[in-house]
Amino acid sequence: MWEYSDIVKEHYKNPKNVGSIENADAIGEAGALACGDALKLYLKIKDGVITDAKFQTFGCGSAVASSSILTEMVIGKTVEEAKKITNKEIAEKLGGLPPEKMHCSVMGHEALEDALKNFEGSDNESPQAPKSKDKIICNCFSITEKAIRDSIENHGAKTVKDITDLTYAGGACGRCKGNIQTIINTYNMETKNTKEELNNVQFILKVNSVIEKNIAPELTKDCGGIELINIDGKNVYVRLTGTCKGCRNSHLTLKNFVQAQLQEHVDNEIIVIEVE
Amino acid sequence: MSQNLIYLDNNATTKVDEKVVEAMLPYFSEEYGNPSSIYDLAHTANTAVRHSREAIKEFLGAKDAKEIIFTSCGSESANTAIKGVLELNRAKKHIITTKIEHPCVLNLYKDLENKGYRADYIGVDSNGDLDVQELLSKVEKDTALVSVMYANNETGAIFPVKEIAQKVKEINPETKVFVDAVQAAGKIPINVKETEIDFLGISAHKFHGPKGIGALYVKSGTMMAPLIIGGHQERGKRAGTENVPYIVGMAEAAKLAMAHLSDELTEVKRLRDMLEEGILSKIKNARLNSTAKNRVPNTTNIGFLYIEGELILLHLNDAGICASSGSACTSGSLEPSHVLRAMGVPFTALHGSIRFSLSRYTTESDIIQVIQELPHIIEKLAKISPFQKELGEILNNKC
Repeated sequence: MWEYSDIVKEHYKNPKNVGSIENADAIGEAGALACGDALKLYLKIKDGVITDAKFQTFGCGSAVASSSILTEMVIGKTVEEAKKITNKEIAEKLGGLPPEKMHCSVMGHEALEDALKNFEGSDNESPQAPKSKDKIICNCFSITEKAIRDSIENHGAKTVKDITDLTYAGGACGRCKGNIQTIINTYNMETKNTKEELNNVQFILKVNSVIEKNIAPELTKDCGGIELINIDGKNVYVRLTGTCKGCRNSHLTLKNFVQAQLQEHVDNEIIVIEVE
Repeated sequence: MSQNLIYLDNNATTKVDEKVVEAMLPYFSEEYGNPSSIYDLAHTANTAVRHSREAIKEFLGAKDAKEIIFTSCGSESANTAIKGVLELNRAKKHIITTKIEHPCVLNLYKDLENKGYRADYIGVDSNGDLDVQELLSKVEKDTALVSVMYANNETGAIFPVKEIAQKVKEINPETKVFVDAVQAAGKIPINVKETEIDFLGISAHKFHGPKGIGALYVKSGTMMAPLIIGGHQERGKRAGTENVPYIVGMAEAAKLAMAHLSDELTEVKRLRDMLEEGILSKIKNARLNSTAKNRVPNTTNIGFLYIEGELILLHLNDAGICASSGSACTSGSLEPSHVLRAMGVPFTALHGSIRFSLSRYTTESDIIQVIQELPHIIEKLAKISPFQKELGEILNNKC
């Protein structure tokens, strides 16, 4: 049995906004019957604001819960606000999802994206047009190379298992696992190359940006903070503030999180040093 | 959990019979001697193990108690037999098995394939019956082992293992035959005597015994290398101090299973058929997946079209009903049931397939309650499905 949060349980037991909307202004679809997961999202949009949302889902408990909470999240939001919703936020609203079930939140996000695209592009293209003619990597679940690249670039997937959790790819017969690994390797090679091309100024800007966008927000959640003090070659000097300051586990935060993030996004050889 | 629990997942594991617990208890803190020691205390333990071996011999219909070795589980029995055969026949690199074996066996063959073995996986038809002719056609000089389960855990299909063993030996007398009988033991009579089966594995917790104990039948005269090397226990075929209380527990469970075997074919089967007919008549988008010629009496597998299995199980759980699913989502591997896939169950029903497995503890009121509850659950979940058009057609046409 999965460890589902109480919020997930509540939403699959009593899902909110089940059904369809006649004359919906936007319909989004994600998943497929063959994969064991399929979601249809209906939106009513008035003056750029989502006034109603309904869903129909074929899927497990967490798929139904993700769809149900997504409808609650979008009602009352403007289209622009709704566009900013990420799969991570859906999972967070649910009180977290087991890693193997993260793809359920991704599916919710995909359906929303599809619906909003369909809404904006309804004048010039058919919403049913295939989303991509990309090369299919996982034949069992019809997962494209683009989708796999997307989970690496935008959802932080690093291993084949991460990709399977997020997209299903490789989850059935497993024959494509080698190809998925190749895509990961190619991505790593490409990003490594781009990392090496940074000049000094770009390097500093990149470090600063990763600290601001990726690192600081996470530390803020625990009422901590971080300041960039100096950069000398590959050595990055930082000061921890708030609750992080003097925390017994701060060296772990520094190595496992701050340094890991900087190595991943900027340069593999970065060493983070704490300044008192 | 305790209030009105209806347990229909007996192919996963079973409730330990109270008489089994009673039989085991003295061997923890009273008769705790090591069967290999010399004093009276040890003698009691030694006698208990000897009697237990005799009971398992009877249970499997073996010729001699020496043919029974105790293991820790069904997986160990399978590993012992398979690796034990291959180790002694290193020149032979070919294995034949089926696509619908239990993962514990299938994963072992996948591993052996990585180590240079060739494996043929024989398929099943849409009823779940094995293609015996295809299996026999694969037997060759190089075939070290044929491995076929006695009954399938998901569909309950029984395979003609005695006939297969005999015909395999006619083609190649040197090929060894291993039968995974974990899902057959306690449900149908097993009689290995006068068959050509070389190895047959069972696990106690599938027939109201404790978890963590199993047995392997090794036909007398069959050579094998031990999996666990160490002391002289089990005549050198499986080292390690005998797990006396659990061996006693398994033997007691086996005796009880033999005494109740006729109930399986009458009462358990009657309730299973009642459940099956009740569901199929009341729920229009239900489809019987297990339609094999011969089936163990306790198992049924039903697909609910356009509804996902985990969701059904979660709602059954809320109604106090335990069952299991061939759905991808419950397994943790994201892989839908390899058994149902091998049978070609359509995707519309594959992900919504539920296995109900009964036992001698199942009552008629349990079954009546499931037949009452399930249609409401399916109806509620059908409303969530995006396949309203397809469901509508089924619900309106099929009477």
